[in-house]
Amino acid sequence: MDAILLQILNGLDKGSAYALIALGLTLIFGTLGVVNFAHGALFMIGAFCAVTLQKLLNLSFVTLDETQKDFLGNPLKVETPYIEAWFGPEVGATIIDWSVPLSILFAIPIMLLVGYVMERGLIKHFYKRPHADQILVTFGLAIVLQEIVKYFFGANPIQTPPPDVLSGSVDLGTMVGFDPNAIIYPIWRLVYFGFAVGIIGAVFSFLQFTTFGMVVRAGMADRETVGLLGINIDRRFTIMFGIAAGVAGLAGVMYGPINPPNYHMGMDFLVLSFVVVVVGGMGSLPGAVLAGFLLGILESFASTTWATTTIPGINQIIIYLVAIIVLLTRPRGLMGRKGVMEE
Amino acid sequence: MAILRVKDVSKRFGGLKALTDVNLNIEENSVHAIIGPNGAGKSTLLNCLVGKLMPDTGSVLFNNNSVLGLEPFQINQMGISRVFQTPEIFGELTVMENMLIPIFAMRDGAFRMHAYETIASEREVVEQAEVMLEEMNMVDKREMHAASLSRGDKRRLEIGMCLSQNPRLLLLDEPTAGMARADTNNTIDLLKQIKDERDITIAIIEHDMHVVFSLAERITVLAQGTPLVEDTPEKIRGHPKVREAYLGEAA
Amino acid sequence: MLGLNKKDTSLLIVVAFLTLLAPFILNPFPEGSAMAQFNAGYPDLMQRFVIFGIFAIGFNILFGLTGYLSFGHAAFLGVGSYSAVWMFKLLSYNVIPAIALSVVVAGLFSLLIGFISLRRSGIYFSILTLAFAQMSFALAYSVLSNPKFNLTNGETGLQVYADDPQILQGANAPDLPHLFGLPMRATYTMDVGAWSFDFNAGYYLCAIIMMIVFYLSIRIFRSPFGMMLRAVKSNQQRMNYTGLNSKPYTLAAFVISGMYAGLAGGLMAAMDPLAGAERMQWTASGEVVLMTILGGTGTLIGPVLGAGFIKYFENIFSKINDNVLHSWFAFLPDGLEDAVVFVIHPFIGKGWHLTLGILFMLVVIYLPGGLVEGGQRLLKRFKRKKKDTDDAPSGKTEPAE
Repeated sequence: MDAILLQILNGLDKGSAYALIALGLTLIFGTLGVVNFAHGALFMIGAFCAVTLQKLLNLSFVTLDETQKDFLGNPLKVETPYIEAWFGPEVGATIIDWSVPLSILFAIPIMLLVGYVMERGLIKHFYKRPHADQILVTFGLAIVLQEIVKYFFGANPIQTPPPDVLSGSVDLGTMVGFDPNAIIYPIWRLVYFGFAVGIIGAVFSFLQFTTFGMVVRAGMADRETVGLLGINIDRRFTIMFGIAAGVAGLAGVMYGPINPPNYHMGMDFLVLSFVVVVVGGMGSLPGAVLAGFLLGILESFASTTWATTTIPGINQIIIYLVAIIVLLTRPRGLMGRKGVMEE
Repeated sequence: MAILRVKDVSKRFGGLKALTDVNLNIEENSVHAIIGPNGAGKSTLLNCLVGKLMPDTGSVLFNNNSVLGLEPFQINQMGISRVFQTPEIFGELTVMENMLIPIFAMRDGAFRMHAYETIASEREVVEQAEVMLEEMNMVDKREMHAASLSRGDKRRLEIGMCLSQNPRLLLLDEPTAGMARADTNNTIDLLKQIKDERDITIAIIEHDMHVVFSLAERITVLAQGTPLVEDTPEKIRGHPKVREAYLGEAA
Repeated sequence: MLGLNKKDTSLLIVVAFLTLLAPFILNPFPEGSAMAQFNAGYPDLMQRFVIFGIFAIGFNILFGLTGYLSFGHAAFLGVGSYSAVWMFKLLSYNVIPAIALSVVVAGLFSLLIGFISLRRSGIYFSILTLAFAQMSFALAYSVLSNPKFNLTNGETGLQVYADDPQILQGANAPDLPHLFGLPMRATYTMDVGAWSFDFNAGYYLCAIIMMIVFYLSIRIFRSPFGMMLRAVKSNQQRMNYTGLNSKPYTLAAFVISGMYAGLAGGLMAAMDPLAGAERMQWTASGEVVLMTILGGTGTLIGPVLGAGFIKYFENIFSKINDNVLHSWFAFLPDGLEDAVVFVIHPFIGKGWHLTLGILFMLVVIYLPGGLVEGGQRLLKRFKRKKKDTDDAPSGKTEPAE
């Protein structure tokens, strides 16, 4: 029982990331009718917002400390981050420590801007082009974004640690009455899960309770009718794209402490997120979220020693296998609607 | 003898009853029109006949064989060709190629891997296509891309493609919708000519009364998913029920 | 000739002429001259030109004719390579059985994947092929390389070891891939004055195979079958209502293009007896898509051009470094020289992928018809200009319409 619970928990962080990316993909696909192969790159850019902020906060000046000597006998060089100099050592150190959560504030405007530029500058011109062209041009864009990040940050993963208080693990098992040490779970993963649930909730309530959201949902159901109502759909689509970019970016920002960001993380997640979208059902937002968590958890079960010794490497292909089975038995995906993307 | 028998066909979409107990016989070598106000279920009925939709209950027999559960291409191979409301042709292919494809399909069946032969070496198919182009009066357009044809020519090509397969039954879905008067009259003349020259049954779904009364030998009036009355055009014209349900607006 | 019309025959002759004389054509600059770095006439690169040409020709049969965009064709290439190396390990270093097996295995593999993926069309199809390719990559990279069942040798890559059975390997046969005793690496170098030309056995094997499969692709394009494939792309609805089942047509196209990919993979292994999982990654699939589009989707010669173009510039761009740039722009004032080099720097050397991505976007946005369309446009403009100048002396007497 506790082992099962542990695997479910272990699947939550990846599942959250899948769900958030798939949510954005579905939003873009459902409203704009565009297949965005660069969506993974947005996730990656988000993660690198955290890296950038961390680097900025750690910008330091060098002073010589005459009281201490280094091993050559010269005065020791001490690097002091400007932040510590400006706010005092303690506040400064705290700010640096909290750089990942702070990056959320930093990333939101950046992601909205990136989304805006992308939609107005490129995607807009592809609304009427065939899906193949959309795939190809966003694929090209994904390569470009990824290579730019590689150029500036290098090819190696960069550590973005969580704040001290949120690193380490908690013993969740004892809280619900299991034996101690049965379920040890990293705090940050709990934070990530909570964060993801919060964002998903926010997006859904936005779509559910605002007039803007209502129009967008109507547009997802039937684009032409909404166009006929004389509503300026185009502007709303830009905003929708910005929101989707923001969701992907924030998913990336907070993912850093779980897996150090590297330039190709976006591509890795993108392929799986597409599979998630297909399994969940093209154009279905709840489907995307549900499938994201389900597949994340499934992957976690497939990663157990028992599973990998029975079928070596099962953890790497389980998602694809499930996707194939789902598509063969339920071609529209778990919650897909009739008439969406069926030529 | 009825070539197409529709028996007790019903179809619902969610809570909406699109068709209720439709019974309909189409006699061989007749021109049968199905008319009815918008939302009467004409298109749904047509889609049930060609394999696009599966009715919830009932049976559809073509030549005493059931067509239910078959794919559109299988139904076509049985001898039913369909003309669409907006002409469905191969826009990126030339007019000649458009004409060749149905003839190949008739000769070779649903699939044949003739990947090494050239088209020119298939003399008889090419000849048949040329004859058909001639009949459709399109010889001079043979190398044009079908997409660049005028609306009327597209319709003409589509009808020619269907006829080239010598179908037993030709289904037309509002063949003159959105056409200018001259094009409409041309299409009517073409269909009249087809009816006179060939052993063919024509079923036509139409909105335009002018078209219906110049062509049809029998008319079925559909209203709210169920046949209201079936009779000759003369009788339909004067039928009080029909006037009430449908012609009221036009009369 | 050979059942082709005049235009196709001359195209085939031009391609044959260019591939057979490639060692001359690609080495126009004398050895040791400053321009020698732009030469492409060495065996390794020439082999890549034709092998990727084959890959792209095959991809074009699927994408160009039916419009089905597969993002997983690299998987078939990889499978072809693995099959060929296994043939080397088990049978002998003779390339014929290896290449034959790679085509057959890739064909079977694409039949399986195509059968499932083609249950959906449009973007679903693209995503499914992408998922399959990633799955194949994962299988090759780790799942199928465990001690109990080692089919791919994982990260190291599959290669021939001394203790492999090689049951048909004769005592005197060369200890590397060969064609009935003629090693693929055998190269005859011809020196003419300052020029040097390499004639490599492996290249000529690939070139002849490419000409054969190019000829076959022309036949497919011109056949009734090819016409049906274009009909699939144009209007599937009409196709189904014309009594044609579009599924076996697309599946056949998928398998044919899979076999082309397998052939390319087999040849790759025949040139260098090694097969690695990275060949199957989806970026590799993206590359063949780019080659096809860049050259001209749905045209006969386009994919070959695209493959040559990309492989050539990949090679050139990867070789250029800052020193080369500085020597090129040495004529500029110092500050400007540095600035120019600084601007170009991200795009060269390891930055090739950045250039590739930008190229990808530019082609899709501005030149969806690829190089072939670009060439046609230029030709048209040129002709019009020529006509204008011809007309000019007589003056325009007719009233403008």
